[in-house]
Amino acid sequence: MTQPKIDTSLKTWDEIKTTTCYMCACRCGIKVYLKDGTVKYIEGNRDHPVNKGVICGKGASGIMQHYSPARLSKPMLRVGERGSGEFREIEWEEALTLATSWLAKVRSEDPKRLAFFTGRDQSQGLTGWWATQFGTPNYAAHGGFCSVNMAAAGLYTFGGSFWEFGEPDWKHTKYFLLFGVAEDHASNPIKIGLGKLKARGVKIVSINPVRTGYSAIADEWIGIRPGTDGLFAGALIHELLRNRKVDLDYLARYTNAAWLVIRNPGQADDGTFARNANGEPLIYDAVIGRPLSAHRADTSPKLIGEVTLVDGRRAVPSFMLLAERFLSDDYSPAKVAETCGIPADTIRRIAAELAKTAFEEELCLNIGWRDWAGRIHDKMIGRPVSMYAMRGISAHSNGFQTCRTLHLLQIILGTIDVPGGFRYRPPFPKPAPPGIKPAGKPGQVKPNTALPGPPLGFVTAPEDLLIDKDGKPQRIDKAYSWEAPFAAHGMMHTVIANAAKRDPYGIDVLFLYMANMSWNSAMNVAETTGHLTAKDEATGDYVIPHIIYSDAYASEMVHYADLILPDTTYLERWDCISLLDRPISEADGPADAIRQPVVEPDRDVRPFQTVLLDLGARLGLTGMTNEDGTPRYPGGYADYMVNHERSPGIGPLAGWRGKEGVFHGRGDVNPKQLERYIENGCHWFYELPDHVKYYRHANRDYLEWATSFGFIGRPDPIVFQLYLEPLQKFRLAAEGHGAITPPEEYRKRLITYFDPLPGWYEPLEESLRDHKEFPLHAITQRPMAMYHSWGSQNAWLRQILGRNWLYLARSRGEAMGLSDGDWVNVISATGRIKVQVKLMDGVNPHTVWTWNAIGKRSGAWALAPDAPEAKKGFLLNHLIAELLPERDGGYRYSNSDPVTGQAAWYDLRVRIEKAEDGSGISAPQFPTLKSFGWIAGRRRA
Amino acid sequence: MTSLPTPSSNQKKLGLVIDLDTCVGCQACATSCKEWNTQGYSAPLNDRQAYSASPEGTWLNRIHGYEVKAPEDEQSRIVHFPRSCLHCEEPACVTVCPTGASYKRAEDGIVLVNPETCIGCKLCSWACPYGAREYDYDHGVMKKCTLCVDRIYNDNFAVEDRVPACVKACPTGARHFGDLGDAESKVSRLVAERGGYDLLPEMGYKPVNKYLPPRKRSSEKMKATPSEPETMSEGKSRVDDFFRWADRLLSR
Amino acid sequence: MHPAYSVILFTTASGAGYGLLALLGLVGFNHGRASSLWFGGTALVIALGLITLGLLSSTFHLGRPERAWRAFSQWRSSWLSREGVASVITFAPALVFGALWLGFLDEPRWLGLAGLATVLMCAVTVFCTAKIYSTLTTIRQWHQPLTVPVYLAFALATGAVLLMAIASVFGLYQIFQAGLAVVALVLTLVLKILYWRGIDSDPKTRTIEAATGLARQGEKVRQWEVPHTAENFIMKEMGFVVARKHAEKLRRTVMILLVLAILATVLTIPSATLAIPFSVLAFLLAAAAAAVERWLFFAEAQHVVSLYYGTERA
Repeated sequence: MTQPKIDTSLKTWDEIKTTTCYMCACRCGIKVYLKDGTVKYIEGNRDHPVNKGVICGKGASGIMQHYSPARLSKPMLRVGERGSGEFREIEWEEALTLATSWLAKVRSEDPKRLAFFTGRDQSQGLTGWWATQFGTPNYAAHGGFCSVNMAAAGLYTFGGSFWEFGEPDWKHTKYFLLFGVAEDHASNPIKIGLGKLKARGVKIVSINPVRTGYSAIADEWIGIRPGTDGLFAGALIHELLRNRKVDLDYLARYTNAAWLVIRNPGQADDGTFARNANGEPLIYDAVIGRPLSAHRADTSPKLIGEVTLVDGRRAVPSFMLLAERFLSDDYSPAKVAETCGIPADTIRRIAAELAKTAFEEELCLNIGWRDWAGRIHDKMIGRPVSMYAMRGISAHSNGFQTCRTLHLLQIILGTIDVPGGFRYRPPFPKPAPPGIKPAGKPGQVKPNTALPGPPLGFVTAPEDLLIDKDGKPQRIDKAYSWEAPFAAHGMMHTVIANAAKRDPYGIDVLFLYMANMSWNSAMNVAETTGHLTAKDEATGDYVIPHIIYSDAYASEMVHYADLILPDTTYLERWDCISLLDRPISEADGPADAIRQPVVEPDRDVRPFQTVLLDLGARLGLTGMTNEDGTPRYPGGYADYMVNHERSPGIGPLAGWRGKEGVFHGRGDVNPKQLERYIENGCHWFYELPDHVKYYRHANRDYLEWATSFGFIGRPDPIVFQLYLEPLQKFRLAAEGHGAITPPEEYRKRLITYFDPLPGWYEPLEESLRDHKEFPLHAITQRPMAMYHSWGSQNAWLRQILGRNWLYLARSRGEAMGLSDGDWVNVISATGRIKVQVKLMDGVNPHTVWTWNAIGKRSGAWALAPDAPEAKKGFLLNHLIAELLPERDGGYRYSNSDPVTGQAAWYDLRVRIEKAEDGSGISAPQFPTLKSFGWIAGRRRA
Repeated sequence: MTSLPTPSSNQKKLGLVIDLDTCVGCQACATSCKEWNTQGYSAPLNDRQAYSASPEGTWLNRIHGYEVKAPEDEQSRIVHFPRSCLHCEEPACVTVCPTGASYKRAEDGIVLVNPETCIGCKLCSWACPYGAREYDYDHGVMKKCTLCVDRIYNDNFAVEDRVPACVKACPTGARHFGDLGDAESKVSRLVAERGGYDLLPEMGYKPVNKYLPPRKRSSEKMKATPSEPETMSEGKSRVDDFFRWADRLLSR
Repeated sequence: MHPAYSVILFTTASGAGYGLLALLGLVGFNHGRASSLWFGGTALVIALGLITLGLLSSTFHLGRPERAWRAFSQWRSSWLSREGVASVITFAPALVFGALWLGFLDEPRWLGLAGLATVLMCAVTVFCTAKIYSTLTTIRQWHQPLTVPVYLAFALATGAVLLMAIASVFGLYQIFQAGLAVVALVLTLVLKILYWRGIDSDPKTRTIEAATGLARQGEKVRQWEVPHTAENFIMKEMGFVVARKHAEKLRRTVMILLVLAILATVLTIPSATLAIPFSVLAFLLAAAAAAVERWLFFAEAQHVVSLYYGTERA
């Protein structure tokens, strides 16, 4: 027998279309192979700036996401009780007419009685604008329980941030610190970067209670105790200061370290910056011997020494306050070692390594550039230390300040936007913070009227809060109130509970998109489903009268909504990954992208964004309607992507603008824009010339270019706000200064936590729990192959991970007599679950953890009711409290960061006890949901 | 064909080099493999009861996770470990095959199963120490890694895409594809530089695929001397000392 | 290893069939033509029937039984192919022998030769079957010097007991049949006990450390995350290991059944009237012993791949 001949040039496809992945927020470029209109294969697009050809585990499973039996197939109207799963299928016209009638009534009476929240929305450029046009301030996406601490801390501090607004200089960095990044956030960009570091042999240090995923390949793992990263970073700063390893020139040039802070205890100006008559902050010029405007280039600012201002007030450079704080014993390695669970020697060694890399391995690129003052520099000096941080920092109630401390660490080493350091991704940097203020103050929300501005923005003083004269929140989620003044991403996690308690007020319509709020996105599932089904005792109606939900899949949330608007899958739609939303830019230049439909839906579904524009037109919203009342974008979302202009020449897509398609960034509408995107693989990337690739916070050519592209309003340098005056303004208000002061119950909290200097405090929930009763921290990670995705019904991914276990340190498990597979009860102050354990070495001994969002409710996602996801899998959410215990005065704050309102679901403390198990089933179990699989199945056949 | 081809003097040995120092265990190679091969030469790779309580399917690449601890280490390390066919030079899975459906290609050493002649006796899977072969219950034949033989020579792809789907997908660049018979190839040099090793060499299968071991960690890489520990409660003088140092003229 | 019933039935039934057939061949070689056409015909039909049943049942193990014919092609390298070829070839001398032995062909000169050829081919076939297992270096419990002898001994013993039982039914019981059966059963028991001692004392040299290659400086390796929570072929086929305690019980069962088979065989000797029930009982006991032994042969076998799934030693 001879060796068989095989066709090695099989062509299993007849067409390849490019589009953009939607399995997580990385939004990689993909190529979809099609045969006879069915999807055969999805691979990474080699030309795409985000993923450069690679694809991740879930991206390559997109085909099973697309063909999932859990797909919804037709609009549905609830006919039974909420949660019963009793729906009847209706036509789109009926669905849209009904939705319009509910929404129109709200809009004509009180637009804020619509709460519009959009989960893992990748079209916030549109959805936020729609909310603005509708006139409700009650809009946000899922950032409030995801990453707002990171975004806000970064944007307020240096006009960029970890996550989508910046990245390490993978090509040049020589030392990399990774804080609280498990397997995710981000996916391919980080993996590509780590691969580059590995290839160059760069030292990677991971600070994380769990040593999996990225931490597994780190050269050094620091198994920190959850919630103490700020203390660890503070100790590093302490060491660097103590050993004089700080870049004072960088601090003086690019930060507010030299700005003079008034010291006037008890007075209204205490702790604010000394300013001249033009409102410009002052520095003290050491040569001239008097205060000068900080905006002048030709000064010799002092960083140390108290000065007397012209009016006799005393002031010190903010750097002195900073140095005093971090040089204090509170941040000495020996002092923090036990709290962090890191030996003092290790902290000192890491600090020495940072210093050695930054100052002895200085990097120099022979590229000339011009600074903000017009001075020419013939080279770019880099300090090749870079850092990245995410969930493990953000999901704690001290996350904002912890993240600020990390940025401070970066900045004293002089590593922001320098070669080898942490680089901005355009459109960042923006002013710290960006100048947009949230709209929705009393008087700004009026019947049948658009908001005067976007609902989300950056508060810098009490005057910016969305509160009434009694201090009562104006937003349903209490964002931008005294409870969470810097809630830049809103607080989606509080919406349902607040609406159900009519605190601060009741709503008429809850409109959700792609947010599993009755399950894994709820802080507490049982309570949340209770809120969703709560009825008014007087009327017998639901307290939340109408719930509209749009999703592509039969998630747990579908069962708790009244009107279901079935969305398409990501391969069936137009989308724009816009610079007006969360960008996908690279450090080397801005980028945006589109999704194009690569297959036609085989079900009666419509893309949510097109539906939203349709609803907008039916409601007569100004931006979505022509003067004659006809829809402005009859072609749906694709029409909007091309023809919408946010300001003259600026639209959702930045590439190929103008009639001829030759302008980028700013230009007229180009009717052929989408064709140009498709020709270019559905993405646009504008690589910047070398002289504007670094120092962009102070690089005049960059700043001018960014202004021309509409990224920033004016080409002013971005000064890093190490000392954050807006926080001090809230403190002063809490002390009774100013026109707007908080109610009594908030004062102590504001004074305590609104510290203008970065630093560390114990996470709130932890500080309120008995550590003896609840000795363990409990946290979650998302498995790489399911990160950020609507994943568990994926036929392939659920074979890899169809259930989760609770992992705990082997030493602790063995001491408790536990071995792999044993059942334990996990008990928090507010809940209890029963789960199986596995022991492992690579976890902080005071910590237990599990994979997040593997557990599913029986019957959901078209899975068999006895699927392992439901019967063995579990959520930690059942243990997490929405509110903190009562404090002085009986008031219960939400379980959130006091500054940003970020949901603090990593603050959880528990104890575990061995459980006798008879059933082999995890607890709690909820009644099996009625499966919608049959609906999808019928349509598919 | 069950008898092995006689190797030539400059025998081509196509295979993979997997870098265990870099693999983060993301499963991209596993699902990309599943995805390509469910529509390519091995098509389809079955999934059974996919949405039930006990789903199962045929995969050609599985990613394990191990904890590794040396006696002198304080901490264990986690090593992610992709496992697939190693395209051995002495593949008993081929020689045990009663039908000749399993064979090793003479031209490049790829071990394949001919789905047209396999009788599904499963003996080859018993003979493989590496668990590289997974039986397809729906189609009654054995499936295994083909090294994407339908990609690596495929004229329909650009040259740079003519690599196995797992290699194309791998986000960290932990998977390398090439000719391990050529001592000068990139993969052979990687193996030489990094001490690439065979799995279970004592079994005599002579795997072509190599694994690059996790590198020595941390202390080796960076030699900064930490400063002396400070004494506590010297906070005031510490601050004053620092201020004296930092209080110098600066111009910007 | 997963004990597939089709394979257990195949190896035990065909083993008994080949044992019986070989003994018939020997009888023919020694004594010439069958003394009774009915006895000879029945014995031959039973022998060939068991062989055919076994071969048919083995095809149930195949994913593509309609392609089974392809298995005859690779006799140069594959013991499975050799077994297939041998099993088919055996039919040729066996049928010739049968025709000669039963007198359908009247060529007495050839009877002895055909008988010997049949004996040889039966032995070769069982040998090939055993070699399929014993050559698998991936499974320590199979890759043993006694694997082949045990297979041969079981074939001989079950065949001998069967011969005795058939003979007694036809009133042709002779003491030497019982003697042969006792010798074969004792041999089987001794070999199997030695086999078990062998696998128990054979050090488990393969470790998870060696399989992963992650312990070249004395590291300890442990599985921390399973590669998949769903089942797969590897886990179902090779993840099956009977618990040690359970295996002990089953080993004792095999030994007791064999001892009882020996006793029953011995009890056929004193009384001709009891020869029939005791010889049938002896056969049933021996067959049961073979079935349990074969199940255990799989269930005790641990494949090297289990190391990748967390087994520390194999």
